[in-house]
Amino acid sequence: MEQPVPVVELKGITKRFPGIVANDSINLQLRKGEIHALLGENGAGKSTLMSILFGLYQPDEGEIYVNGKRETIDGPGKAIKLGIGMVHQHFKLVHNFTVAENIVLGIEPRKGLSINYKQANGRVAELSEQYGLMVDPKALIQDITVGMQQRVEILKTLYRGAEILIFDEPTAVLTVQEIHELMQILRNLAAEGKSIILITHKLKEIMEVSDRVTVIRRGKVIDTLVTSETSESELAEKMVGRRVSFQLDQEKRAPGPALLQVRQLTVKGHDKGRNVLNDVSFEIRAGEIFGLAGVDGNGQHELVEALTGLRPIDGGSVLLGDIDMTRKSVRERMRAGIAQIPEDRQKHGLVLDFKVSENMVLTTYKDTRFGRGGFIDDKAVDEHSARLVQEFDVRTAGIHVPMRSLSGGNQQKAIIARELSRNPQLLIAVQPTRGLDIGAIEFVHERLLQAKNEGKAILLISYELDELYKMSDRIAVIFDGQIMGELDSEQVDDEKLGLMMAGNRLQEKGGGAA
Amino acid sequence: MDLISDLANLVNSTLVFTTALIFGAMGGLFSERSGVFNIGIEGMMTGGAFAAAIATWYAEKAGYGAASPWLGLAAGIVCGIMISLLLAVAAVTLKANQAVVGVVINILAAAITLYLVKIIFNGAGDTDVLSDVYSKWAIPWLSDIPFFGKALFNTYPTTYMAYVLVPLCSYLLFKTPFGLRLRSVGEHPGASDTVGINVTKYRYIGVLISGLLAGMGGAAITLTTTGNFSHSTVSGQGFIALAAMIFGRWSPWGVFGATFFFGMAQALRNFVKLYDWSKDIPMEFLYMFPYVLTLLVLAGAVGKSVKGPAAAGEPYDPSKR
Repeated sequence: MEQPVPVVELKGITKRFPGIVANDSINLQLRKGEIHALLGENGAGKSTLMSILFGLYQPDEGEIYVNGKRETIDGPGKAIKLGIGMVHQHFKLVHNFTVAENIVLGIEPRKGLSINYKQANGRVAELSEQYGLMVDPKALIQDITVGMQQRVEILKTLYRGAEILIFDEPTAVLTVQEIHELMQILRNLAAEGKSIILITHKLKEIMEVSDRVTVIRRGKVIDTLVTSETSESELAEKMVGRRVSFQLDQEKRAPGPALLQVRQLTVKGHDKGRNVLNDVSFEIRAGEIFGLAGVDGNGQHELVEALTGLRPIDGGSVLLGDIDMTRKSVRERMRAGIAQIPEDRQKHGLVLDFKVSENMVLTTYKDTRFGRGGFIDDKAVDEHSARLVQEFDVRTAGIHVPMRSLSGGNQQKAIIARELSRNPQLLIAVQPTRGLDIGAIEFVHERLLQAKNEGKAILLISYELDELYKMSDRIAVIFDGQIMGELDSEQVDDEKLGLMMAGNRLQEKGGGAA
Repeated sequence: MDLISDLANLVNSTLVFTTALIFGAMGGLFSERSGVFNIGIEGMMTGGAFAAAIATWYAEKAGYGAASPWLGLAAGIVCGIMISLLLAVAAVTLKANQAVVGVVINILAAAITLYLVKIIFNGAGDTDVLSDVYSKWAIPWLSDIPFFGKALFNTYPTTYMAYVLVPLCSYLLFKTPFGLRLRSVGEHPGASDTVGINVTKYRYIGVLISGLLAGMGGAAITLTTTGNFSHSTVSGQGFIALAAMIFGRWSPWGVFGATFFFGMAQALRNFVKLYDWSKDIPMEFLYMFPYVLTLLVLAGAVGKSVKGPAAAGEPYDPSKR
């Protein structure tokens, strides 16, 4: 039986960036009507490869065939002409334009000299209907949800007659419900004969929706597999390059004395009206991971800011060991041994345009070991950074490249390296694995457990229950600025946590907890 | 003097002052809508005013008569475009800091024009007074309408052009494919780039239109209100135009309203002089008035809610997400 000509064939694509080979002679075939997943860790070279196919980058070597014909794709305009569309991870939408304006931008239907808005809106509504996308052509982008915005991106490609659609990490920004809808949309598109490349590092999605999967590791193709003939663990192993344990070996140890004591902590909102934290009390002992569950926006941010000193405390007290931290400044608290892995690493954890080495000392540059008399000892900083990069396996082209050039996982590793190198007593980790791939998640979890075993107190705030179950010794739930209750990790179940997260207080001990 | 007739005169004079501001502000609008800050409007207007004066002066001497101011206007346009090309190359192609380039253009234009005036007019600080400048045209029929005829339809050709310019720009920016693309480049060049729009090209167009309009604005000052060129011909009207652009929230009709407001401030100082009670007010205060008003408007009334095009001020770098 003869194979039909693949709609896209990449042959020996190589792309080098200063200090790194992003793609190393990659071969890939996309068949008509298939959903082909491109799997790899952050920084493996998936997005670079697809940027080449979409004409955003030029390959250093290699050939691209579209429908059997060799093509040079020198820009997105050419890619679009060849019927290739891309749904970017960071949407390319003009926020104060309407949905229809964004979609027709660049190939506007005309009436005389004007844009034919009637035709534009009509055509968008029609396409939206055909693929079950349900968007309002006249709505402004800034007024619609992220899931809707993504559909607008999809419509942009369809409007341009795309037959080949590239999705770059499409589920990274979506809610669970929106992910389900997107999966259905992908199936619809494939059923209509569109060929789809799905870039992702999420195994579940690949198993659910793709026909074939190509695994990329460090710029090289490891394998191409038929999805129905493989398994999550096989894919994970190929992606990371070694066996991945989904279970952690929890070492049960008796925790030490209470390191952090939070007593009747009360914080008022910025408008000084309502209490955003109300009478919050808990303690974390040395060698213990204390998990805090709860729906986003129930006081987690305020709690972290109150503990780190970013937000004034209106009532109650915070003690580290036996030192009162309540009125201490941010720096005093850091010096006393409070470290933080912030929720948004790019906004609050790093200065993206600073060098890696500079980022490594952001919280310690005032130490005498990094300089005296107002001058920074570059050599000491470089040595320190080089050591941390090595020790924490931060993959970077060097310690003098900007932090921006690192992948998300490696940026997170850099923060963890910096904070743990200060040997803190208390580590506050907020969503420490958000947006990371399996390998990086495993790394973060291991490091947190190691810190715990070294006797540090850890406050783990996460919106993912699985993570809390896996890591915590005790789990408390916060709702509307109040602690709803606290459970040992053995007593935890979804139902109890779910009730508390919805605002029900835990029944007193002896009742529900037996 | 009756009040109606005074008011009609005030509006008429306001619109004359407004004309230069409309051209300047609309110029700034095109540049910023395409994503390039244009602090150099003042310099472009200065260039336009100078070129208009020189070209008209030579045309007069060559005997072109009533055609002279038209040649002057054309020269102003060419000069404005040439100066804006400097901004386009520096800010778009070479990705220089746009504020710095704008400031440089202002200093450069002020210095070069004065230098050239001194060379051409044997060391004098200003050009000779031109005789063949624009005169007011009364539009048949329309100028006979009570009040409005006197206020609106008996004025300079440049002011009539400004009337047309506002709806024209509004149409161009908000109804045509060109306008949609230009605005997209100023809001989110990454979005434009990925649908195949040439960001560099549209930014060049935006900046060059800016120079064209600012040059016209400068020429309008020379050829209607001052009648010659000196270092004080433009004297900050480019900056007032920018203030009007912000006050008018980057929309042509908003700009029209704002420029009218500032134009009125300039017209008022001449208007008050007609009344006896103004004798006690020092002249300096009256001359300060438009500038003080500009400051107040920008600092106070406009507040923080004003947001220009999202990508204005940043050179486009395709590798930054």
